[in-house]
Amino acid sequence: MSEMKKNLKGFSTFPHDTIAEIQRSAREGIYQIRGLGAKRKVPNFDDLVFLGASASRYPLEGYREKCNTSVVIGDRFAKKPITLDIPITIAGMSFGALGANAKDALGRGASAMGTSTTTGDGGMTPEERKSSKYLVYQLLPSRYGMNPDDLRKADAIEVVVGQGAKPGGGGMLLGQKINERVAQMRNLPEGIDQRSACRHPDWTGPDDLEIKIQELREITNWEKPIYVKVGAARAYYDTALAVKAGADVVVLDGMQGGTAATQDVFIEHVGIPTLGALREAVDSLKELNMHRKVQLIVSGGIRSGADVAKAIAMGADAVSIGSAAMIALNCNADMYPEDYEKLGTAAGYCHHCHTGRCPVGVATQDPELEKRLEPELAGKRVKNYLATLTLELQTLARANGKSDVRNLEPEDLAALTVEAAAMARVPLAGTNWIPGHER
Amino acid sequence: MCGIVGIYLKNKKYNKQLGKLLTGMMNNMASRGPDSAGFAVYNKSSKFKYTICLKENYDLKDLKKDLKNKLSNTKYKLIADHVVIESSSKPEKVLPNIKKIKEIDLVGYGKSIEIFKQVGNPKDVVKKFSLDKFSGSHAIGHTRMATESAITTDGSHPYSTGEDECLVHNGSLSNHNNLRRTLIKNGIEFKSQNDTEVAAGYISNSLKNKTSLKDTLTNGLKDLDGFYTFITGTQKGFAVLRDEIACKPAVIAETKDYVAIASEFQAMAHLPDVNKADIYEPKPGVVYSWGS
Amino acid sequence: MSRNLVWFIRGDLKMNFDLSKKTLSEVNSFLQKIDLKSNQRDFVIKNPLGNHALCAGLQDEINVTIKGHVGYYCAGMNKNAHITVEGNVGTGVAENMMSGIVHVKGNASQSAGATGHGGTLIIDGDASSRCGISMKGIDIIVKGSVGHMSAFMAQSGNLVILGDADEYLGDSIYEAKIYCLGKVKSLGADCIEKEMNEKEINNLSSILKAQNIKADPKKFKRYGSARSLYNFKIDNVSNY
Repeated sequence: MSEMKKNLKGFSTFPHDTIAEIQRSAREGIYQIRGLGAKRKVPNFDDLVFLGASASRYPLEGYREKCNTSVVIGDRFAKKPITLDIPITIAGMSFGALGANAKDALGRGASAMGTSTTTGDGGMTPEERKSSKYLVYQLLPSRYGMNPDDLRKADAIEVVVGQGAKPGGGGMLLGQKINERVAQMRNLPEGIDQRSACRHPDWTGPDDLEIKIQELREITNWEKPIYVKVGAARAYYDTALAVKAGADVVVLDGMQGGTAATQDVFIEHVGIPTLGALREAVDSLKELNMHRKVQLIVSGGIRSGADVAKAIAMGADAVSIGSAAMIALNCNADMYPEDYEKLGTAAGYCHHCHTGRCPVGVATQDPELEKRLEPELAGKRVKNYLATLTLELQTLARANGKSDVRNLEPEDLAALTVEAAAMARVPLAGTNWIPGHER
Repeated sequence: MCGIVGIYLKNKKYNKQLGKLLTGMMNNMASRGPDSAGFAVYNKSSKFKYTICLKENYDLKDLKKDLKNKLSNTKYKLIADHVVIESSSKPEKVLPNIKKIKEIDLVGYGKSIEIFKQVGNPKDVVKKFSLDKFSGSHAIGHTRMATESAITTDGSHPYSTGEDECLVHNGSLSNHNNLRRTLIKNGIEFKSQNDTEVAAGYISNSLKNKTSLKDTLTNGLKDLDGFYTFITGTQKGFAVLRDEIACKPAVIAETKDYVAIASEFQAMAHLPDVNKADIYEPKPGVVYSWGS
Repeated sequence: MSRNLVWFIRGDLKMNFDLSKKTLSEVNSFLQKIDLKSNQRDFVIKNPLGNHALCAGLQDEINVTIKGHVGYYCAGMNKNAHITVEGNVGTGVAENMMSGIVHVKGNASQSAGATGHGGTLIIDGDASSRCGISMKGIDIIVKGSVGHMSAFMAQSGNLVILGDADEYLGDSIYEAKIYCLGKVKSLGADCIEKEMNEKEINNLSSILKAQNIKADPKKFKRYGSARSLYNFKIDNVSNY
């Protein structure tokens, strides 16, 4: 049989996973809901390379010659902007989507590196506020757990218009993850499937967002930086509108960004890759003369210090990691194979956050499974990962002659593919051709 | 996204202050629409008026030269870079002549309407056109926060939709690109990528086909997709329509002397006796009109 | 010190603010951080002029009277304070209120009491669309009518309407309760009429009594969730 299979021709349009999905739909009659981000390949930072040093450009020595990584976030209007030691933050992920141990670990790791974590669609937990040196508090359409005391306890406030995994979609948490504590925080009956609204309840549009931001500033005495987060859709216009609405910071989440649960079609087919959206957002800031005055934080598929360096070279002020942080915690780690199998998946393929049966105890509320994630050890892993990203970032910056990572610029880059050259507006390597260069 | 305002005077005693009242409203809406501004003032004349905008390197002298002997009984009023041409010649004769001149844009025309619009902060725009000196029976205005099209004068509101008619819009349409292509086939011309310009084209196309304004707006509920509060100015007054979801704001203040509408009450807080006014919100999907 | 003495002698213990003379932030930040050691608990704000976020973020048991019409988010995220608006309010009055009382003597715009977690919002006039949207424990009493999509995704709390309700009342509602005396134009997805038994009549009766409203609870109809959208089921596809 396997001899014969070698010579069989498969279908490009209907590969095995597509066949399996169509047959699942025929059985179940409803869309597939899953976690994490887009699985398919899209143009990304791998398609860009740095030029490095040469006869005309000189590198910095690796250890003695400093390479600054700190960044000030939110100094446009806020009385108390945040100074991050590294330009890498932890993206918004809810308590509910993740377990308490996971949130605790993220806080420990981020704080050890002098950076921030972000709450998600469930509100702020006291544990999270305790373990995070800097905590960004999200204001989402659902307003689960929203209250003025937490608003004042936060270091920054992030108004969520959308996220990369589902620009236009609201939060979702299935019943199996709505235990007593989550239900109580979100004011929902236990065990139901949470459907969140996709629009804010008390404003629609940047003109009314401006008034909402004013209210948030009045409640917090104008102290906290206000971020506006958008999924990568029309990044050029969205960035301009966030600026006009009075944001201190724009957070841009590309299509590779993850989620704890949403429809697979949403994840794979809505939103544009981080690479293209980033270039649009920076163009918009530059045209408004707001580049570096309104900070831009970019997320969606950031994996290594190379991704961080390239994002900053293209004009971002910082990046945010979500899926990568979860992976540092142990998401998709090669352990507990029987439990992956019970879910119908395997390490390296798992996207089953929505089930609440996370084999490694990260995206679950089940106390038995949560025991598999020890906060102190996991926090150490997050810290190590962030430290590695930072060292990689500095290595690349020094190689390009920069004593401050913020001095990385688009001219330090070349593209390996035509798509990446067009999206990033960087010449194709070995040429000075930039395809598709037209607003 | 934007701010929209309108005021219709029931009592003639305020006609001379119309411009001053509208200026206060526009200034207050500048923060929600900082990119550009425009207004349409209605002041009945016996002759037709054509508001045109002079492009760069073309001035009133050039205009008078180009229109010499083409129109009868003509008066020219220059206000910044706009000119109001008053002529006893009918639109059928005047409009083709105006169209021939590439160095000007027709902003609006009718027996009552004068439209002015420009890129820039609304507070500067109203000062530039000396709006506070205008008088008339009613007026509508707009302050723009550009969403998906460029900040240009062509992208600014109000849009002329026909003789003595114009449109301002707060919101964001979602099917304007397809609709624009359909209207182009019906001979409507567009100068920008702006969604409101499409709504204006839709309205003028419908009015051209002898559908009433009320029916046009009612049909619009089906044909125009997205979020909107519209104010259409007419020779006798104005009409208001909100889409059925009605997320974009609109507040109306009515006294025995006037009816005012704005995106926020703040824009009307300075109007005479407004604290005693009947203040309410137009219901979604219902056409409200005054003066017709 | 001498000012307090003058008021005491005059018997007038209200502190006045004039928004045509002071900035919004000055007034808000004063009222958000009251010196509890002083006996000043009553405040009056004149000339609100449609300002937004007036009295947002208050946290103490103080009484504030606003004389005139306000803009958006008046009394936003209110905790403990008793705020009375002698006029109309814009979008989102008492949005996300935690506790306390907000009383609007005029009409309210959209999203009144949006996502409120507690406390009581009373509107003497009408409320516009989305009254009580996503409410999470607040009690809202509207003596007039409410606009469309009211109690949309309302999770908990009570919405009491003495007038009528426009279309799609209680669309996608969770466990909040709606009591309506007047006519309901239409009900939203998963919202149905529910039984007005003794327990419910008593619940409504105590809410009405607390506001001195002389309406007969037995004449109200109750609306709430059919609970069929609580778990994703293919048979509900038409509701999505």
